[in-house]
Amino acid sequence: MTSKISTHKRFTSICFVIFALFFSLSFKLKASEPEENDPVVYENQTVVSTNEHPAEPKKAVDISAIAFEHILDAHSWHLLGEGHDAVAIPLPVILKTDNGIVTFMSSAFHHDTHGRFVFEKNGQRFVNYEETIYLASETANEHGQYLNIEKNDKGETVIANIAPLDFSITKNVTQLFLSAIVLFLLFTSIAKAYKKQGVDSAPKGKQSFLEPLIVFVRDDLAKTNIGPRYEKFVPYLLTVFFLILINNIFGLIPFSANLTGNIAFTLVISVFTFIITNINGNKHYWSHIFLPHAPKAIWPILIPIEVFGILTKPFALMIRLFANIAAGHIIIISLIGLIFIFESIYIAPVSVAFALFIDILEVLVAFLQAYIFTMLSSLFIGAAVADTNEDGAHNEDDGHAVAKH
Amino acid sequence: MSSLFILTSLIDPGVGLIFWTTVTFILLLVLLGKYAWKPILKAIKTREEGIEKALASAQSALNDMRELKSNNEKILAEARNERDALIKEAREAKDAIISEAKSKAQKDADRILASAREQIINEKNAAVTELKNQVATLSIEIAEKILRSELSSDEKQKALVNNLMKDVNLN
Repeated sequence: MTSKISTHKRFTSICFVIFALFFSLSFKLKASEPEENDPVVYENQTVVSTNEHPAEPKKAVDISAIAFEHILDAHSWHLLGEGHDAVAIPLPVILKTDNGIVTFMSSAFHHDTHGRFVFEKNGQRFVNYEETIYLASETANEHGQYLNIEKNDKGETVIANIAPLDFSITKNVTQLFLSAIVLFLLFTSIAKAYKKQGVDSAPKGKQSFLEPLIVFVRDDLAKTNIGPRYEKFVPYLLTVFFLILINNIFGLIPFSANLTGNIAFTLVISVFTFIITNINGNKHYWSHIFLPHAPKAIWPILIPIEVFGILTKPFALMIRLFANIAAGHIIIISLIGLIFIFESIYIAPVSVAFALFIDILEVLVAFLQAYIFTMLSSLFIGAAVADTNEDGAHNEDDGHAVAKH
Repeated sequence: MSSLFILTSLIDPGVGLIFWTTVTFILLLVLLGKYAWKPILKAIKTREEGIEKALASAQSALNDMRELKSNNEKILAEARNERDALIKEAREAKDAIISEAKSKAQKDADRILASAREQIINEKNAAVTELKNQVATLSIEIAEKILRSELSSDEKQKALVNNLMKDVNLN
């Protein structure tokens, strides 16, 4: 068990270091943004490229832009086409401005995401720039954008406009709602089936497909990793497992949103695991962190590491799910994008074959990542509620846990 | 879009999605917990218990059957033994009856034979006695007749007396 945890810790630490680099960058850029309405910093090329491309008569296809348009969130559910010809399902935009809540449909921007179309409501003017909604400037700049794009001291491009807090029902939120409704209807209908058929008959239809999964989560994840007090955590683990699984699978359907590949979603679920783990942490768990069984001389090093470990576990959960799903989507779009990069129809069979292969792999990953997230959640909860400590008083339990993995 | 912009937007969690995910997840947790997981887990548990109970009762039924079978066999063996004993007894009884009857018949036959023999002897003795009597009577009659004829004339009587006198010696 100890070796398992230490390996895991090492892994999570490495993960943390790598992503901390990216994250620190992100936070540095965004830290002071919302309240103080400081400018958001973007790189120079961003603006230039978005302005140059539409003007060119025969533009090169920007595969990375397309790929990230597919995996990032959007205010409308885009189906086909580009620019004014685009076909998209409009979704509600909800903004919290200084003058209260403003709501309108995303179609108000007429598919513009370059900050050129101004929508006015309740005396406030909005523009959509790269799917972030800003308060529009009074006049357009030289590129027709109603934004103040400036350069700061470091030579970085800054958008000086205020971005109101965005609580829009975006594409991802819509899919989240849909998946929640599907899950609720699915599992209440199964619950009804148990009530109707009784428990003596064999499960039928969807019941027979989902019951093994439920029993798997209960027995092989909860009971194995948490121990005797597992029953309390089974509903949480089941909800997490099926919410992630259904959104992983929905994400594989063309035109759908990439919810589990979005860091906000994985962040929330990880935070729930973090809260549940630490609320239920018993005295062994906390004594392991603050009173480690080691010479007192190294406590100043050990205790910060252990405290840090509390955070790295859910952090790794968040990154793992997000990165796996996002990467899968990027690979598929990149493979399809090869056709447009080579500008040849003959590459299509290769692209399609590889994309199909990755797609099938992604089905496996959909189940695997739901399993891993739930398994690690139950492992963390199990470590927090276990009666064992490093005295080896319950060696049997430890041996059992090791044998199971 | 530059790579840095992509990276920042990729790992920049949106406030809206965080908010809606939190709300939806809590709602889902509560609703599914109450209307789905609770009844489903309860039903699965009930069924598992039922299966366990059924298996246990099947095992006990098997044990009962085995016991019953061994009992039956015991009873059957006992019955067989009893039957054998009965047959043996009957055979012995039969033999005894037969031998008894035989000896009785023998005895009867012997007795009858003995009495018949005795009777025959008696009859024979009676017949011999009667014969003796008749012979005596006949002898007397013959002697009488002979005497009569002997003494029918005087000469003869004189001769006889003479004869007799001759025999008698006057000593």
